[in-house]
Amino acid sequence: MQTRHAQCLIRRSSASAWLLLTSPMLIAQGTTPSTLAPASTPAHQIFDLSVFVVAITGGIFLVVGGLLAVVLFRFRARKTDPLGEPAQIYGSTQIELAWTVIPVLIVVVLFLTTARIIFAIQDAQKPKTALDVTVIGHQFWWEFRYPKYGVVTANELHIPVSSDAAPAATFLKLTSADVNHSFWIPQLAGKTDLIANHANTMWMDPQKPGLYLGQCAQFCGSQHAMMLLSVYVDTPEQFDTWIKNQQQPAQQDPAVVAGRKVFEGQACMNCHTVSGTAATGRFGPDLSHLMSRATLASGAMDNTPANLRQWIKSPDTFKRGALMPAMQLNDEQLDQVTAYLETLK
Amino acid sequence: MSDYPLPVSQVIDPSTSASERVTFLEKLHGWVVTVDHKRLGILYILYSTFFLLVAGAEAVMIRIQLAYPHNHVLSAQVFNRFFTMHGTTMVFLVGMPFLFGFANYIVPLQIGARDMAFPRLNAFSFWMTAFGGFLLYYSFLGGAGLYGVGNAPDVGWFAYAPLTARSFSPGHATDYWALALIVSGFGTLGTAINIIATIISMRCKGMTLMRMPLFTWLLLIVSMLTLVTITPLTAAQFMLLIDRYLGGHFFDTQAGGSSLIWIHFFWIFGHPEVYVLVIPAFAIANEIIPVFCRKAIFGYPAMVAASVCIMFVSLSVWAHHMFTVGMTSVSNAFFTLSTMLVGVPTGIKIFNWIATLWGGRIRFTTPMLFCIGFLFQFLIAGLTGIMLSVSPWDWQLHNSYFVIAHFHYVLVGAVVFCIFAGIYYWYPKATGRLMSETLGKWHFWLFAIGFHITFDTMHFLGLLGMPRSIYTYQPDRGWNFLNLVVSVGGLIQGIAVLIFAYNFIVSYWRGEVAGDDPWDAWTLEWTTSSPPPVYNFEEEPEVHSRRPLWDLKHPGDPDWEYES
Repeated sequence: MQTRHAQCLIRRSSASAWLLLTSPMLIAQGTTPSTLAPASTPAHQIFDLSVFVVAITGGIFLVVGGLLAVVLFRFRARKTDPLGEPAQIYGSTQIELAWTVIPVLIVVVLFLTTARIIFAIQDAQKPKTALDVTVIGHQFWWEFRYPKYGVVTANELHIPVSSDAAPAATFLKLTSADVNHSFWIPQLAGKTDLIANHANTMWMDPQKPGLYLGQCAQFCGSQHAMMLLSVYVDTPEQFDTWIKNQQQPAQQDPAVVAGRKVFEGQACMNCHTVSGTAATGRFGPDLSHLMSRATLASGAMDNTPANLRQWIKSPDTFKRGALMPAMQLNDEQLDQVTAYLETLK
Repeated sequence: MSDYPLPVSQVIDPSTSASERVTFLEKLHGWVVTVDHKRLGILYILYSTFFLLVAGAEAVMIRIQLAYPHNHVLSAQVFNRFFTMHGTTMVFLVGMPFLFGFANYIVPLQIGARDMAFPRLNAFSFWMTAFGGFLLYYSFLGGAGLYGVGNAPDVGWFAYAPLTARSFSPGHATDYWALALIVSGFGTLGTAINIIATIISMRCKGMTLMRMPLFTWLLLIVSMLTLVTITPLTAAQFMLLIDRYLGGHFFDTQAGGSSLIWIHFFWIFGHPEVYVLVIPAFAIANEIIPVFCRKAIFGYPAMVAASVCIMFVSLSVWAHHMFTVGMTSVSNAFFTLSTMLVGVPTGIKIFNWIATLWGGRIRFTTPMLFCIGFLFQFLIAGLTGIMLSVSPWDWQLHNSYFVIAHFHYVLVGAVVFCIFAGIYYWYPKATGRLMSETLGKWHFWLFAIGFHITFDTMHFLGLLGMPRSIYTYQPDRGWNFLNLVVSVGGLIQGIAVLIFAYNFIVSYWRGEVAGDDPWDAWTLEWTTSSPPPVYNFEEEPEVHSRRPLWDLKHPGDPDWEYES
C-alpha cells in the first residue's frame, strides 16, 4: 500500500512540477524560443530531467518554506507572553544528524539521475547517416559550412527533420573566428560555446519541420544582441531542394552587370564571397545565395530591397558596431549594387 | 600603554572634546589620516553605500532600456558599459567593501580588542580599495582611446578573453578595469590578512575559538577564503595586461593562446567569490536572528563546521560556470556532484536557523524582517542553484535570464538583504541613534515586493530562452510583457533604496537616542557605549561563554553551564 501511495505522490508532484514549469508557456507565442517546448531528443531529455528536478526541489521548498512560515507565525512575540526569556535550546545531535543525512540522500538521487542524462547526450554515438555542419562564430554573425555538400551559408541554418522511419541527426562542429560565442536553439538542444582554437560538438534530431529561433548566448561585443540565429528544419524534399540550390554557382544576370562592377570595384569583395566570381572574401557572410535568406545582418532586419539598400548605405542604422563599414557609395551605385544582390537567389 | 589611564582618547578623537572648537578641515583631516578600526569601518560602509546607489542607478537605466523591445534609451555601447560596470561595481565596490566595513567595525568589538591587529595596514587597505573604485569610474572620463571606442569597460564583468584583447577592445577602458581590480585586490588582501591576524591573536581573556560569536567565526573563514580567491584574479589581470602591452599570448587565440585559461582563472576566483560575499551575509543573520527571537543559536558547533565545509567545497565547484565550454562528460559529472554537495552544509544552516526560531519569541523589527526575507530568498536561491548544478539543464539555463535571476537571488535576496539588516542593527552602535522603524518597514516591504516582482519573473524569461547581456530583443519572442514587469519591479526597488538612503542620513541627527544596548543583545559590542570610545572598552573584558551579556543579565542561569 505504502509504495503505491508513494508512487501516486511522485506522479502527482511530477505533474505539478510539470504544470509549474510550463505555466509561463501560457504567455509564450509560436515564435518563442522556449526551453519548455522541446522538439528534439537532447532538448526532450533535458526537459524530462528538469521536471524531475523541479519535483524534488519543489518538494523541499514546500516542506522547508512551509516550516519556516509556520514557525514565524506560531512563535511570534505576543503581548500575552510571560515575562523573561523563552527556554534556551543549544542543539541536538540526533536532529542535526537527521537533517545532514537526508540532504545527502537527496543529492545522491539527483546526481545519479543527472549523470545518466549527461552521458546519454554528450557521449551519444554519431550515426553514419548524420549530417555534419561546421559552425563558425564571427562578430556578429554565423557561418555554416556543409563539408559533404560544399555549401557555405550564413545565419540561417537548414537541417533535415528526423523521424523514426528516417532518423536524421545533425552533428555540429563549433568553433570561432574571433571571440567566444554560444550556439543556442532552446527547442532543439542546450547551448554550446564557440571558442577559437577549441572545437566543440553538439547534436540534434528535430522531429517537427519548421522554423526554430535562438541567438548568441555568450556576450561577444557591442552587437551581441543582434547575433540572432534561425534554424529551418526541412522535410527531406525541402532540404534536398535547398542544398541543390545552394550548390549552384551564383546567378550571373547581364542586366545587373553595373551593380556587379560596383561590388567588385569596391572593397565589398574583400570580405564577401560570391561563388563563381572574383569575390572570395571570408570576413563577412557568403552572399552567393543571399536572396534565399529571410533576414539580413544575422536577423537584424527582414531581407527586403529597401532594407538591403539602407544596410549597404549605412550599417549603423540597424546594427551600430557591426564590422561592415559604410562604403560611401552614391545613390546610383547603391541602386546598382542592391539590384545586383537582389539577383543572387 | 596600559599604564596610562587612557587620556589618549581626547587627543585622537577631537569630537569628544567640547572645549576646543574643531574646524571642518581638521575634522576631515582626522577622517583621512585615521587608523581607528571604527572610523575605517564607517568609511568602508559609506564608500560602498555610495557605490550601491551608483550601481543601482545603472541597473535602473538597464531596466528602462529593456522595458520595451527595440527601445532606444541607451545605445548598444552604453548598455554594454552599464551592465559591465553594474556587475563589477556590485561585486568589488559594494559587496566586498560592505563586508569589510562590518568586519572592521564589529570584529574587534566582538572579541574585546582595542583595534585591529595592524591599524595602519587597515588604513592602507581601505585607501587602496577606494582608489581602485575611483580608478574604475575614472574610465568614464579617461578610458577613451581610439576614436569611437568605449570610454568605460564594456566586456562584461567576467571579461572573457579574447574579447579583452587589444584587437577586440582597443582604447584604455579594459586597462582601467584590469588595473582597478588589481589595486582594489591588494586592498582586499591586506584587509583579509588583517582580519585573520586580529581574530587569531587579539581575542580577550576567556574567548576561546569555540566561544567566538558566529559573526566573527564566519569572517575568519571568509578572510581565509579571500586570500585564496583574490590571488588568481590578480594573476589573471596581470596576464591580461601582459597580453595587451607586452606581447604575451596567454589568451591570444590567434597566436595559440587559450580563452579557456582565462575562463578557468576567472571562475577559480569567481565562484569562491560568491561565498566570500554570502558567508558574511550568513554571519550577519547569525547575530540578528537569535537576538530577535530571544534564543541562543541552535547547533553552534554544527554552524561552524558547516561554514568551514562550505569554504572547502566552494573551492572545487568553479567549473559549474563552464558546463557549456565543452568539457568532457566526466568533468561535467564531477562538477555537478561537487556543486550539489554544497547544498548539504547550506541546508544544515537553514535548518539550524529554523530550529533557532522554533520556540522563540520573534520580534519583527526591521533588521529581523530583512533576515526573514533573507531566509526565504536564500532557500529559493539554493534550490535554483541545485537546478543549475544539473549540468544538462544548465546547458539550457546557462547565460540565460534564469541565471541572472538565480545569482540576484543570492547577491540581492541574501547578501543585500543581510547588509540592510546589518546596517539597521549596528547603526545605533556606530552613531548612538536608531534608524526610523517606520521608514525601515517601508523600505523593507517596498524592497521585498520590488525584488520579487523583478527576480521571480526573470526565472521565467530564462526558461523562455532570453539570454543575458543583450541590449534589446525582438518583439516576436514572447518576452515583452515579462520584461515590462521586471522593469517595474526594478523601479520599486529603486524607490525603496532612496527611502533607505534618506533614513540613513536623517537618522544621524534626528534618530531616537539608542543607548548602549537597544536590542537587548548578547555580544560584547553592546557592553560599551554607543558610539564606542576610541579605546573601545574601559577595561579588557573577560568572557566565560558565547553570550557574555546573557551571563551578565541572567547571573542565575548563565550559558557556560550548558555549552559543550
